[in-house]
Amino acid sequence: MALLQITEPGMSTEPHQHRLAVGIDLGTTNSLVATVRNGIAICLPDEAGRTMLPSAVRYHADGGIEVGLGALKAQAVDPRNTIVSVKRFMGRGLKDVTHIEAMPYDFEDSPGMVRLRTVQGVKSPVEVSAEILRRLRERAEASLGGALVGAVITVPAYFDDAQRQATKDAARLAGLDVLRLLNEPTAAAVAYGLDNAAEGVYAVYDLGGGTFDLSILKLSRGVFEVLSTNGDAALGGDDFDHRLFCWILDRAKISPPSLEDARRLQMKAREAKELLTSCDEAPVHVRLASGEEVDLVVTREEFAEMTTHLVQKTLAPVRKALRDAGLAPDEIKGVVMVGGATRMPHVQRAVANYFGQEPLTNLDPDKVVALGAAMQANVLAGNRADQDDWLLLDVIPLSLGLETMGGLVEKVVPRNATLPIARAQEFTTFKDGQTAMAFHVVQGERELVSDCRSLARFELRGIPPMVAGAARIRVTFQVDADGLLAVSAREMSSGVEASVLVKPSYGLSDDEIAEMLRSGVDHAGDDMAARALREQQVEADRVVEATEQALGHDGHLLSAVESAEIRSVIARLRELRAGTDNRAIKAGIDALARATDTFAARRMDNSIRSALAGHKVDELPI
Amino acid sequence: MSIDLTQDYFALFGLPRRYALDEGALEAAWHELQGRVHPDRHAHLSDFEKRRSMQWATRVNEGFRVLRKPLARAQYLLELAGVDAALETNTAMSPEFLMEQMEWREAVEEAREAAEVSELEDLHRRLLGHAREVRGHLAAQLDEHQDYEAAADTVRRLMFIEKLQQEIDEALLALEN
Repeated sequence: MALLQITEPGMSTEPHQHRLAVGIDLGTTNSLVATVRNGIAICLPDEAGRTMLPSAVRYHADGGIEVGLGALKAQAVDPRNTIVSVKRFMGRGLKDVTHIEAMPYDFEDSPGMVRLRTVQGVKSPVEVSAEILRRLRERAEASLGGALVGAVITVPAYFDDAQRQATKDAARLAGLDVLRLLNEPTAAAVAYGLDNAAEGVYAVYDLGGGTFDLSILKLSRGVFEVLSTNGDAALGGDDFDHRLFCWILDRAKISPPSLEDARRLQMKAREAKELLTSCDEAPVHVRLASGEEVDLVVTREEFAEMTTHLVQKTLAPVRKALRDAGLAPDEIKGVVMVGGATRMPHVQRAVANYFGQEPLTNLDPDKVVALGAAMQANVLAGNRADQDDWLLLDVIPLSLGLETMGGLVEKVVPRNATLPIARAQEFTTFKDGQTAMAFHVVQGERELVSDCRSLARFELRGIPPMVAGAARIRVTFQVDADGLLAVSAREMSSGVEASVLVKPSYGLSDDEIAEMLRSGVDHAGDDMAARALREQQVEADRVVEATEQALGHDGHLLSAVESAEIRSVIARLRELRAGTDNRAIKAGIDALARATDTFAARRMDNSIRSALAGHKVDELPI
Repeated sequence: MSIDLTQDYFALFGLPRRYALDEGALEAAWHELQGRVHPDRHAHLSDFEKRRSMQWATRVNEGFRVLRKPLARAQYLLELAGVDAALETNTAMSPEFLMEQMEWREAVEEAREAAEVSELEDLHRRLLGHAREVRGHLAAQLDEHQDYEAAADTVRRLMFIEKLQQEIDEALLALEN
């Protein structure tokens, strides 16, 4: 099927060809884009020199879309059409969103994911996120002077399949090729670990604007192995703001505020929170729409007191992650603090108390995730240099399972399993002559289906009629390196096989995405057919080049006949490549992939055997 | 398709086919293998190569999981030796063992109902010690005597013990929530 290009550790691929790739931290409050330039990861600034782009999108009545600081400032004047913290809605239904009553949006509950009614029509959180990503892509392309080959997009480690899929869809919509979805704490660990040549077991405490993650990683000889991860995908700095906002309402005896006043007070609450990081008290002075004035002072102690339950709430995932890793708090060598919300002194104090050591705060908690993502993007794009011989082994944060009798969950893939992973489970029919079977895929740790997240439902049809219990239906879960799941089912016992492949898409079908791409302003002039052809041509070139390199390097693994056969398939693909039929080119690529199947396996086998014997492939006599 | 379907996990990881295992060597081999097959090493290549890389990396992770866990490793050795341990159906255990299991189980149940976290944690610790002892027998049966029938019996015992450990874990988790 495929041919793998085998790269020796420390051997860079075509150093003259630097491929442009970026890492993007798509945050609840702020987003950043970073890249590796001359071997050093840097965050790319906008024309005004600012690296952080507020994750705010405003839809104007005239069709314009404003992203960033301008939109953020418009919150109080146009709250309904100005979307902030959209990350909280990604892959989420209306009932999953906390503090919804305090939000000024006009929600529309739709299956899978909530949507927002704006002056420009109904928008999915995926579309809103895509606007932020598009802006960052444009910034990067202007700064780097060319089109990007791809991007690494970071997601909270505790994001489930629905939230990850939504993020990937948003990137696609923004015209980005996703090299990898990377967990935020893992990205931070890469940046920290590589900069400090760290070895040992570390914890990453990542409290962002709307999400909390705790990951335990073992760093040894260039391998970043995630031992366990836990978190709360709906807990972050926003909740501290909200608590302070409620305190202000209570003290100033306002109830309920107008949409505009609510926005003003929320912005003021955030400012006060930030001020309390460096000051002992902060003034809260707001003039309401009615002309009435709010004039309060909040002290650091008062703020710590009113939010102490939120800090405590982060410690439960810390305990669970440690237990899953089989470690005690004092076995952790260092605690890396990530996310703007970890600047709060009482958060740092709680972490120091729990682990019995001062957390590591010698890095910029706002930038470290984007920088780590950029380092990973650089390597994934194929710009591997000598010092980049490191490897990430990440895990799936939440168990995956199937619904069984009585609404119970049968776990198929356990949480904290190293990715990629595949697991199969066998089921059987319970009625005589049963020809179809329904499956319900869920994610979560609870026993009852109703307490877990529903990911997908599908049916396997065409099972030959048999007595109850005779059919053998094998359901396979495959989770890839992005943490995304594909499920397939197959009836095994009879000669007849039927299978179905499910890729859950959570409210947005592939057709809808394609439609959005078509109607997108960026792509209005794009000729879809020409684009498809270009893509296949590029793919054909890649495959031919990789195959020829492999033949040059490892041709001795093939007999003369095998080698000649592969060369003839290459020649055929070259002919097709010169034409304009993208389907024919794709078929040619498929044919070459099949023809090189055995060769690829032999090469990898050879490479592995010599590696385990302690030799490099180059040193072996040919 | 995997790298080589006929190659067993011990061969894949370059380790002797034995129950006793050098954990450091296993982990080093895992890192070495993933360094070659992991999807991150192939992200810039064609879709076919990416898919193949995922399949290979999946197999390497599965091999690591099976070899690392003592119980899974023992079951795998029995499978390689062609011994049907009848793990699901054969529940015939010695009366002493069943008696012992019932006592453990009652202790767990009592501690759970009384919400005794420290008692549950103590049971967990004691059970770990017990499992270590049983695994010692298993090593002798598999590696020294090649007595696979006896080993299959020990594997079934270990399965009971692991099940009990899981129940304690779940009880602890429930008490925490």
